[in-house]
Amino acid sequence: MNSEIAISIENLGKRYDVDRLKTQDEGLRHLIENALRAPLAVFRKKMHSKRKRDFWALRGVSLQVKRGEVVGIIGRNGAGKSTMLKLLSRITTPSEGRIQINGRVASLLEVGTGFHQELTGRENIFLNGAILGMSRAEIIRKFDEIVEFSEVGDFLDTPVKRYSSGMYVRLAFAVAAHLDPEILIVDEVLAVGDAAFQRKCLGKMSSFAQSGRTVLFVSHNLEAVRTLCERAVWMQDGNVREDGPVDEVVENFFNAISSSSQFSSQNEQYGFEVKRVALKNAGGNEAAQFSPGDDMIVEIDYVANSPLEQPYVILAINGVNGSCFTANMLLDGNRPSSLDGTGKLACRFKALPIFPQSYSVKMSIRTKNGNDRVLDYTDVAFFNVVGDLADYGFRGEFVSRASSSTPVVVPYEWHLPDGTVAHVSLTPNVEASKRPEAVSI
Amino acid sequence: MATTQIIIEAGRTEGQYWRDLWRYRELFLFFAWRDLLVRYKQTAVGISWSLIRPLLTMAVLTVVFGKLGKMPAGGVPYPLLVFCGMLPWLFFSTALTEAGSSLVSNANMVSKVYFPRLAITASSVITSLVDFLISCAFLVALMIWFRYAPPIQVLFVPFFVALVFAASLGVSLWVAALMVKYRDFRFIVPFVVQFGLYISPVGFQSSVVPERFRLLYAMNPMVGIIDGFRWSILGSPRIYVPSLAIAIADVVILLASGIWYFRMTERTFADII
Repeated sequence: MNSEIAISIENLGKRYDVDRLKTQDEGLRHLIENALRAPLAVFRKKMHSKRKRDFWALRGVSLQVKRGEVVGIIGRNGAGKSTMLKLLSRITTPSEGRIQINGRVASLLEVGTGFHQELTGRENIFLNGAILGMSRAEIIRKFDEIVEFSEVGDFLDTPVKRYSSGMYVRLAFAVAAHLDPEILIVDEVLAVGDAAFQRKCLGKMSSFAQSGRTVLFVSHNLEAVRTLCERAVWMQDGNVREDGPVDEVVENFFNAISSSSQFSSQNEQYGFEVKRVALKNAGGNEAAQFSPGDDMIVEIDYVANSPLEQPYVILAINGVNGSCFTANMLLDGNRPSSLDGTGKLACRFKALPIFPQSYSVKMSIRTKNGNDRVLDYTDVAFFNVVGDLADYGFRGEFVSRASSSTPVVVPYEWHLPDGTVAHVSLTPNVEASKRPEAVSI
Repeated sequence: MATTQIIIEAGRTEGQYWRDLWRYRELFLFFAWRDLLVRYKQTAVGISWSLIRPLLTMAVLTVVFGKLGKMPAGGVPYPLLVFCGMLPWLFFSTALTEAGSSLVSNANMVSKVYFPRLAITASSVITSLVDFLISCAFLVALMIWFRYAPPIQVLFVPFFVALVFAASLGVSLWVAALMVKYRDFRFIVPFVVQFGLYISPVGFQSSVVPERFRLLYAMNPMVGIIDGFRWSILGSPRIYVPSLAIAIADVVILLASGIWYFRMTERTFADII
């Protein structure tokens, strides 16, 4: 075997039984009933299960990852990314195909799995470390480093149930970050935590990668993928759609999804379904392209089979550099008293003050306690802002760099030494924005 | 650098199952430690609960079987007789209750992290063992109180502890694995535990069972185990060899089949839990 290969996947497939996923009534009663009706069928069923409808979450996937490579895995929800990571981390077994892994693997599919609410931070470091595969001696050796990274030093002996969610995530990531594997598998764990901490985590992962270790990274944060990885794999419908240099793949992926924004998601636990998320312009027409200064309406079609009382809806507009701005009911408190039956909920973002770039809309829906997620942060729609910045009075020589600049521009004015005042704005309804001109005070 | 190589193939059990169990050996104790730490948090009397429970049960059983039922005691103080029978029974029943639901109550971990799932269930049994040992200390106090000296066969106690541990583990593995798929066991287990208290010789000696039913009665492995406990600690009823032999055979079969079934279904836990 070639020792340069860290992970080798051949024709991998994972099948789920749709009937079972749907009804979940495969209780004892059924088994006994069936056994009484047709005593032999119970055994026969095991041998050939033609009757059942199968769903292949993953099929025919082949992939090779070299030692020291940092690979980003992107794709829409349900494309099979998480299934693949679960197979690689041996949480579940494949239905067909073969995986060969050379090296010690650590996988982080969720931050803080196995944390116990009643235990203190200190106790949880040990417990979580052990669950992730560290020995006691190893944890003791790295204990101080973990505490320092997590910045929760003063609360080490407080039960984690009293932690703020930020502290909780920091501690959890800190433990995982100090696993010392040769291959690191990370699923969307950075969706939680504040921006500063996200940067810190990305920094940790990139230093990890620079020390020649292999990283597999699943994220909806395309910019994180772009900065961290050199190679990206785009998965679609349980298959590898494209595999190549990160910039190309991410761009193709982005173009593909922004042209067909058809998000839907169903949460069976709460009987809540987001049927569709549409972006509309000020005229009420669906759109995927906006100009700076346009209004944008995010419209959510939902079906609530059981009423969802006082939910919180959180929308966030993300650009290439991360989150730009949000509309957050947790903060503004304007939540609906109840979502029941079929309905629409919309949010109008006024006069988008953003540069021509690519953006995504992330959405999260939480129950009335503000914590339980009916819908976890997910990209629900994508849009592009297009336009010639010259029309907005941007005449700098390097104006093309706006495509990778910080995207939000609040109206501002320069006061120059010679007494001129230059107004700058992306919003058309500010009088001076179209033609910033020298005005003497 | 020695690199580990893992090969995962469809329809094949992993070759390194046992090596992984060894690598994660500390996890068994970590889970048990966690359960013990958490168990009595925010309770008023804390650890005393592991004494109060057997004590009250003993009192009730002594009154019901000893005083009201006038069961023979064979020269042993009745509370002592009951307590000796209750120790292994309580161990078995708490293990079954806790360990049986251990996988389901740790569902989140099972679907998000890899580790030998055996650790969850086995550590629950270890937690029950700790309770058992605390109660054992109390038994010593009780024997001093009744001025009852143990016979020489007290040396066999560790053997019977091992036997009841193996029995509890075997049954728990079955129940835990089955409960992942059939939540019905959530209802079956309390029923078995409640019923078992009366069909096992906890409140009475198995010698009260008519001779011709003795062998049939011994099919319940707890009969041989409880009798063995009484024999080795109190020395009173002579041991009934066939029932002990059946108990040992039962335990071996339960444990072996439990591990086998658990291992066979373990791979699908994350999918159906």
